[in-house]
Amino acid sequence: MLVLLLAVIAVPPQLSNYYITLLTNICVYAMLGLGLNIVVGYAGLLDLGYAAFFAIGAYATAYLMTTHNFSFWVVVPIAALLAAVFGVIIGAPTLRLRSDYLAIVTLGFGEMTRISATNLDFTGGPNGLYGVPQPFIGGFTFTTPLHFYYLSLALALITLFCVARLGNSRIGRAWAYIREDELAASAMGINPVRVKLLAYALGAVWAGIAGAFLAVQLSAISPESFTFNQSVQILIVVVLGGLASVPGVILGAIVVVITPEIGRYLPGDFASYRLLIFALALIVLMIFRPEGLWPSRQRRREMRSEDVSLVGPQEAEAAAEVAVSREL
Amino acid sequence: MVNGLTTGSVYALVALGYTMVYGVIRLINFAHGDLYMVGAFVGFTLLDQIGRHLGSLNSFLLVPLAFIVPMATVGILGVVIERVAYRPLRRAPRLSPLITAIGVSLALETGALVIWGASFQVFPSILPSTVWDLSGVVISSTQVVIFVLTIALMAVLYLFVQRTMLGKAMRAIAIDQDTARLMGINVDSVISLTFFIGSMLGAAAGIMAGIYYTSIDFNMGFIIGLKAFTAAVIGGIGNIPGAMLGGYVLGLLEALGVGSGIISSSWRDVFVFAILILVLVFRPTGILGEHVVEKV
Repeated sequence: MLVLLLAVIAVPPQLSNYYITLLTNICVYAMLGLGLNIVVGYAGLLDLGYAAFFAIGAYATAYLMTTHNFSFWVVVPIAALLAAVFGVIIGAPTLRLRSDYLAIVTLGFGEMTRISATNLDFTGGPNGLYGVPQPFIGGFTFTTPLHFYYLSLALALITLFCVARLGNSRIGRAWAYIREDELAASAMGINPVRVKLLAYALGAVWAGIAGAFLAVQLSAISPESFTFNQSVQILIVVVLGGLASVPGVILGAIVVVITPEIGRYLPGDFASYRLLIFALALIVLMIFRPEGLWPSRQRRREMRSEDVSLVGPQEAEAAAEVAVSREL
Repeated sequence: MVNGLTTGSVYALVALGYTMVYGVIRLINFAHGDLYMVGAFVGFTLLDQIGRHLGSLNSFLLVPLAFIVPMATVGILGVVIERVAYRPLRRAPRLSPLITAIGVSLALETGALVIWGASFQVFPSILPSTVWDLSGVVISSTQVVIFVLTIALMAVLYLFVQRTMLGKAMRAIAIDQDTARLMGINVDSVISLTFFIGSMLGAAAGIMAGIYYTSIDFNMGFIIGLKAFTAAVIGGIGNIPGAMLGGYVLGLLEALGVGSGIISSSWRDVFVFAILILVLVFRPTGILGEHVVEKV
């Protein structure tokens, strides 16, 4: 683990800008994936409009930094907060909805956000906002891709730490409970409304921060970065690696970023194939390995079959006997 | 207003597919909108090929052909999708089939992108187009054809579901799948049939859209899927007359909103989504009531 940490810090200066940018993208997708992981993986709420929070963070940053000359370090918490608020706004109507409806409504919200960004004036219309200045600390300005890489790495590590801790906390357990059986959870005294809204809000925060980073990294943002396809890509990051599994999400981010690059060496117009490959991978994955490529052990048991219990063999046998006698 | 009826027809047909599939397997087939798109493209390719090899496209024979071939093809495609992607996941936790459906939708869209390219195609016109002006209300013959055809299809469907044994089987499965199985209904076959019919209707809608809007692109299924889902929810998901009603209600509402100038056309999709959210928050069972019971 420590070796890995040293590697990601020490190695990149040796690499070309191409690889550095690749690593930066992995960090960004890792952040997005970890955030979505809170909503989909921990709490079990299938959010298909997650790119909206990404957009909020990015646009807030771009707007505040260009029009009002805010400093990047002031904007980041604002972006995070704004994203969280949006998370609550988007989450509120979905609280009583079943998973199918939830997915489509969140998709709708994602689209509404994108369309709003395209239509409204202060978001720059279809061309977006540009001219976002580079962040600086004291005399040091972030200019080269290497600088941005370290910034993204720092942000990603913070995200990683926070999300992992959240997963193991009381709220993390509450999310798992809600995910598995909402009725039982509320019977046990967990407030589903509060827990779900927290999931949306806390999940959105990381997208907001990632968005802030994107705005300064690219210095220009447009609605095209926040389409449904983007939300799906983030979802793929989470699902591929394994829902609710932090190392899985990292793996997912790596795969999602690397695959198009590998595709460049393949014949044909890979850009169109890329999403097709992902789509087919998603289907195959769901059928044959729904717990993802690097799942947590618990999730593997949960996803494999609804009848698999988390109790020991003796209790399982006893439960089976009761079930059989009831069925008759 | 007339535009509302036309778009409403399209929404209604696609919504029927959503509602029927939801009725039998409680799954919102995310990919359904894309089947509509595939239908339009199959029709396009068919007409295009005929045009290239046989010259003229002006024949009344073409119209039924333009409908039947894509409808059959997409119907089969729907059945294949069900067998390959959804059936293995019948017993899986809720999240899996949903994610798979997204995968299928994406696969169809990118498949179409790969096969037919990214730019839109012009759908050949095969219906004679005359326009009538009835005291200020402009109606085109195409709109009339679409409307009439949709009503006809819906009527046939309604009779099928209410009067035939297979229709009864579908309704039985929608109420209680296991009991239906005990009663001797071949659940798998009927589910496949449901997908076939739903996909067929979606394809028909796709052809109509091709004829009406004259341009088709690989992305058209996405937004139609969401709007048709909204229509199905408005009418009450799982409820066949509901989907028919919901389609027209949505079409008219949208036309009203845009036509009266309250909503400009760049915001029309947001308007539809807002309707969806309002319906789900205030009347989730829709106008005609939902067919589903939430089992504890």
